[in-house]
Amino acid sequence: MSNLFDLLVAGLATGAIYALVAVGFTLLWQTSQTINFAQGEFVMLPAFLMLAAMHAGAPFWLAIILGILLSMILLGLAFKMLLVDPMMRHGVLPLAIATMALAIGIKEAVKQFFSAEASPFPSIVPTGDIAILGHNVSLQSIGVLVLAILAVFGLTALLNRTSLGHQMQAAAQNPTVARIIGVPVERMILLTFLINAFLVALASLLITPIYLAKFTSGEVLGQAAFIAAIVGGFNQVRGAIAGGLLIGVLDNLAAAYISTQYRAAVPMIFLIAVILFRPQGLLGRAEERTV
Amino acid sequence: MKSTILAGALLAFATATSVHAQAIKLADVAELSGGGATVGTNWKNGIDLAIEEINAKGGVLGRKLEVTHADSQSNPGVARAQVQKALDAEPYVLLGPGYSGSVKVTAPLAAEAGIAQIMGGEAAELTQAGNKFLFRTSFGQQSSMPKVAKYIHDDMKAKSVAVVWVNNDFGRGGRDVVVKELDRLGSKVVADLSTEAGQADFAADVGKIKAANPDAVFVYLNEEESARILKELKRQGVTAPLMGETTLIGQKVIELAGDAANGARGHVGLTTDAPVDLIKAFRDRFAKKYNYVPDHNGLKGYLAVYMVKATTDKMGKVDSKAFADTLHGLTVKAADEPGILMDVTFSDTGDIDRQSFLVEVVEGKQVVKQVLPKVR
Repeated sequence: MSNLFDLLVAGLATGAIYALVAVGFTLLWQTSQTINFAQGEFVMLPAFLMLAAMHAGAPFWLAIILGILLSMILLGLAFKMLLVDPMMRHGVLPLAIATMALAIGIKEAVKQFFSAEASPFPSIVPTGDIAILGHNVSLQSIGVLVLAILAVFGLTALLNRTSLGHQMQAAAQNPTVARIIGVPVERMILLTFLINAFLVALASLLITPIYLAKFTSGEVLGQAAFIAAIVGGFNQVRGAIAGGLLIGVLDNLAAAYISTQYRAAVPMIFLIAVILFRPQGLLGRAEERTV
Repeated sequence: MKSTILAGALLAFATATSVHAQAIKLADVAELSGGGATVGTNWKNGIDLAIEEINAKGGVLGRKLEVTHADSQSNPGVARAQVQKALDAEPYVLLGPGYSGSVKVTAPLAAEAGIAQIMGGEAAELTQAGNKFLFRTSFGQQSSMPKVAKYIHDDMKAKSVAVVWVNNDFGRGGRDVVVKELDRLGSKVVADLSTEAGQADFAADVGKIKAANPDAVFVYLNEEESARILKELKRQGVTAPLMGETTLIGQKVIELAGDAANGARGHVGLTTDAPVDLIKAFRDRFAKKYNYVPDHNGLKGYLAVYMVKATTDKMGKVDSKAFADTLHGLTVKAADEPGILMDVTFSDTGDIDRQSFLVEVVEGKQVVKQVLPKVR
């Protein structure tokens, strides 16, 4: 029987990454009704931006800063202004399809300009093990878990405890009223896109040492995070976090205690069950159509 | 009457001269772009080097070799279209593709045209469909896995083995053969673990291996997943010896897995690090021409052309229809045809038998530890 503690830690670490990415889904959905099917590729790209900076001679710390800044410009600002804004007026579906096209475009561009082969990526967390409750636990897993939790707590604090966060929530909940009371709604929406870009860049930094930098690495991640967001609740940040952690742990436990062969099926079965019996997600809020 | 005879003689001479001078046309379809670009480029360069060498020595039966290269874009659909186009030009022999999936969809076309196809694919099923025109340049799984199982049983003395494989045609094919062979030899498979292509987290899989406490672990995954599981095996302190194939101990895996790759062993059908003088000389010539050291795909492309030469020399004529029949059952000795690099025998199914190598990763480098002889 596999060690439950090891499995939980590894599952939570992977789940924390899913949560970071899934939060982006919910943020963009809440503020601009955008379902970004390129979210997985958004996680893949920053690692390549950082690698490109390192190949140009930048030290790792500088490459991280440049990678995050470039991600915020490309995946936040440019994504909103060049794709979301022009497409939004045509409705949610054309926009969703446009993000699918963007996903293909990003993948092919990385393959063309970088390489089709995987590249190693340095880890910001030292490798090695640490003893916790008599178990050897990977420092990398702990580091990923801690950093992801800090990022999520930081985001929650920003949303709930600052004036800026309240304005963002107001813009998300009722943009018309928010405008009337003087909230700069457009700026708040842009800020959401920038936060999403920051989160995916952070996720990229944390997961790429494990996943390796490859043009296809966003596919699995984007799918897992999308499932996590739906399971947790697409319209709630806390739902996305819970969904991410749950999917990460479920995947590992399924592999250990059910079958490695059917591990990929278990989150899918869970997803179907959630859609059937609680379509708003475990922590989501039921939404009603206005027409 | 005299003038008629003279004209006939002149015509016959002219025709003979024309045939004599006419080049032998080969068609190559390879992965020159897309995900398999490394595979296809090495394969193409190997072909070009071999043709250059053969032509410099006067060609085959006095005729020069010519090749056209087409790009499959690493896409089976494109490969099929390119192969059809190549076959329409009626080549002597078709070379490539390198990807098993592309070979699978193009082999029926070549067979229908009656043209021999010498390819780089390694999936077991390729030569098990009764195609009489398909030939390998490297081991199929049905040839390599028995050697792997024998090494695990005889040399590693493993009575219990954990088998980890990737759940696709490649992984399943290798797993089926190795499990059967291990069972036949008397080594018990104590863990039989399927993993997904692209899987990132191997904590649960390695936990199961650890719990099974095997004498050896056989790892049969794609290169990136191999690197990930090597890291996890090291992290969880699995000390059982690790055995695999080229995909476990390839240079890319070593680069990705770092220290975790040290100690891993693998069976390699073709390697430019082989302790064989002819292969070393090939490696030097290739590196001199292209400024890089080829992988095993460079060797495959090179061997494909020398297979054409050896078979044609054996026939004593250029006859594309008789080519496949001649190559079946043919044994070519490196002493007679140095371009073939190692003694090789082609079976009736198009599979090959030749010596291979047991490689271990030592301090981040592949070291050939043992030369495994031909099976027959």
